[in-house]
Amino acid sequence: MRIELQKRPAVSPLFSMLSPLLALALTLIFGAIMFALLGKDPVAAMHAFFIEPLLETWSLHELAIKAAPLILMGVGLAVCYRSNNWNIGAEGQFTIGAITGSYTPIVFYDWHSPLVLPLMLVMGALGGALFGAIPALLKAHFNTNEILTSLMLVYIAQLFLDWLIRGAWRDPKGFNFPVSRDFAPEAILPAIWEESGRAHWAFVFALIAAVLCWFMMRYTLKGFEITVLGQSERAGRFAGFSSKRMVWFGFLFSGALAGLAGICEVSGSINHLQPAISPGYGFTAIIVAFLGRLNPLGIVASGLVLGLTYLGGEAAQLSIGVSDKVTRVFQGLLLFFVLSCDTLIYYKVRVTWARLRGGAA
Amino acid sequence: MTVSDASAVPLLSVRGLTKLFGSFAACNEIDLDIAGGEIHALLGENGAGKSTLVKMLFGVLQPSAGQITWQGQAVSIGSPAEARKLGIGMVFQHFSLFEALTVGENIALSLDPKISLAQISDEAASLSKAYGLPLDPKAHVADLSVGERQRIEIVRALLQNPRLIILDEPTSVLTPQEADRLFETLFKLRGEGRSVLYISHRLEEVRRICDRATVLRHGRVTGACDPRQETPASLARMMVGSEIAEVHREVLAPGEVRLDVSRLSVPARTPFGVSLKDVSLSVRAGEVLAIAGVAGNGQGELFDVLSGEVTVSDAKAIRIRGRDVGDLGINGRRLLGASFVPEERHGHGAVTGMPLSDNLLLARSQSDRKSFLGGGIFSVIRHASIRSATQRVCAEMDVRKSGEDPSAGALSGGNLQKFIVGRELDRQPALLIVNQPTWGVDAGAASRIRQALIDLAKAGSAVVVISQDLDEIFEIATNIAVISEGRLSEPYPAGTLTLERIGLLMGGIHETHSGGEAAHAH
Repeated sequence: MRIELQKRPAVSPLFSMLSPLLALALTLIFGAIMFALLGKDPVAAMHAFFIEPLLETWSLHELAIKAAPLILMGVGLAVCYRSNNWNIGAEGQFTIGAITGSYTPIVFYDWHSPLVLPLMLVMGALGGALFGAIPALLKAHFNTNEILTSLMLVYIAQLFLDWLIRGAWRDPKGFNFPVSRDFAPEAILPAIWEESGRAHWAFVFALIAAVLCWFMMRYTLKGFEITVLGQSERAGRFAGFSSKRMVWFGFLFSGALAGLAGICEVSGSINHLQPAISPGYGFTAIIVAFLGRLNPLGIVASGLVLGLTYLGGEAAQLSIGVSDKVTRVFQGLLLFFVLSCDTLIYYKVRVTWARLRGGAA
Repeated sequence: MTVSDASAVPLLSVRGLTKLFGSFAACNEIDLDIAGGEIHALLGENGAGKSTLVKMLFGVLQPSAGQITWQGQAVSIGSPAEARKLGIGMVFQHFSLFEALTVGENIALSLDPKISLAQISDEAASLSKAYGLPLDPKAHVADLSVGERQRIEIVRALLQNPRLIILDEPTSVLTPQEADRLFETLFKLRGEGRSVLYISHRLEEVRRICDRATVLRHGRVTGACDPRQETPASLARMMVGSEIAEVHREVLAPGEVRLDVSRLSVPARTPFGVSLKDVSLSVRAGEVLAIAGVAGNGQGELFDVLSGEVTVSDAKAIRIRGRDVGDLGINGRRLLGASFVPEERHGHGAVTGMPLSDNLLLARSQSDRKSFLGGGIFSVIRHASIRSATQRVCAEMDVRKSGEDPSAGALSGGNLQKFIVGRELDRQPALLIVNQPTWGVDAGAASRIRQALIDLAKAGSAVVVISQDLDEIFEIATNIAVISEGRLSEPYPAGTLTLERIGLLMGGIHETHSGGEAAHAH
């Protein structure tokens, strides 16, 4: 038996729609099998994981909080990936954005002004962009593989944060715990709707970013340039677009959004700096980008789905007593199935039973 | 066929071999005999079917009809592995080597994994010594010259102890000294009774080293001869055909100079690239300058430099309508009224996965900025006006398509080429530079495109056509220059040039003129 992939003459519109849903369905099926193997009732486990978090107002707020950085980063990464630049280091740009954004409230902690928060957001985005500029520089001028450099820089950023929190930025009144000073109230990103719950403005920023990126990709010359260079560098050069400049654009843009997500998370959810500020949002955002088919509006939906896996993991830990590593397993399954289901968009699968061979006559 | 060889049974014999791609016959009823211990040349222009033929012999392609006989036995060669088992080795024009690995490792990759690397290295070293192919098995491929890389491929083929070795344009990447070395190796192989099938379009070379030659043209065998008995001229005639091309072009009074290139030299960008050497040309309004030549002699490089996809530091080396543009990018040149059609449709002239309207914008986002873009600095795309321009181009050039705005990849080659040419003609360019306008295009579309090019020149534009198709060149050109190994000959008025002369120029037989600088004596 042999399984053959036959290239389709054109992209299948049916499977373009179906592929993410198919991936989701396969993830759920394999998740259920996994729970069964762990000795849990799969139906109850899936209910606890995916349904319960959606039934209460407070947990919907939590969902918005978890989805916001995923969408912000996912949108930036999608633009970057569309241009055929592979930024794997959003987690690092997120971390550096959180650090540069926190500079004002930590170092100038007794400066109280309504300007503090906007300044933090801008500096966060700038920090993320500058950190993204490192792999961009290496790729544009030395032809270094950006997948490796951007990934390796993640660990540099995380250790830098660790060093900072244990050293210069440690809270002098923090009993030697590795945390920074708590942010002053002006430095905290406010909730969208205080009476209802704690979801803060990062979610609104994420939605705005998604809509703006969608518009850019669909209706502007910049979006056209990104798509052309992503599909064919040679054709892009023929159009007069520069692939080198696109490397810079892709990394600065995705880095800025990751940095913004970082400072929003620290300012809105954590309210101080600490060594661990992200449960792997920057890596999960890669899954978000692909599950959303690199379409900014699709990414809003996929960001919510992946946000749910974080919530579900926490809930499942409490209610059915499985490790929260289950979250990572679900995310891994999802990415795996998303990428493999995409094969169906470009190829027909044919199973050949007999060995066809034109041997010597 | 005249088989005048002493050995009774030829090593390889091919009868009526045909390969169809759709309705197009890349090889049409080919007969070929290769005797043991001979160097057999396969001559022909690009597109003559040489590569298709050897791919069938090496099992890469399956013939549509015909018979291959190996040492008197009818065989069907299903894969390169089967070809190797029979005793056929091949050295491709472009090598498949891993740069990060050593010579020995690269060779080991193509062999039985059970053999140890040390053993392979020893064997490769002794082989390379025996055949005069100096190689260090421990050297990294990345550090080697192109000639040395080719030796790896040859040694790799020799390790299989083949009876027949096929070499595809082996000298196209070699320096003359490296080529001489290669010839010695080939003579040694012949001395051992092995046969070599030598693909080339270089006439001098073929006359120097080959015992027999088979000439292909348009997929058919047009001659079999002993090249040592022929002159370069007679070989060239067989290669390019001897029918007399009708030149029916009224010569218009030449207008102003639209494109002027003087003494342009550009080094090669890649190991397989060709460097341009001292190229000069000038084209006036109303004129069609055709640049003939066998593929891979610098046409792509010349196009890139003329289009501005690759800029040169000397701005004065290229002038468009009197302006120095050598350092100006492609859109800057478009704004001066120039238009460009590259050779490769998919992924260069057009993005395969994008709809036609996007592909229209691809080439005209700056030159037609006013009508296609709005919204100030945001450059919002006006889809409606681009779509109507797309429909206009399709109607004008008779582009057959399914649906309103299909993706470029959904069009046949001919229709996509009509669209790409039409996209540029729609701008009424003052200067049009086209590389291989009808390459791989069906006859109907080809004549439509040629007519459009002639009409454009008649309307007062200057046209440069880079082409390998001599019939096409004689049909549309007012002046013809020939490019060979990155050098451009003087332009000759189309009426004064015979096919034989062109064939000689294409085969790299340079006349002793004083270089290209005295090229334009209008």
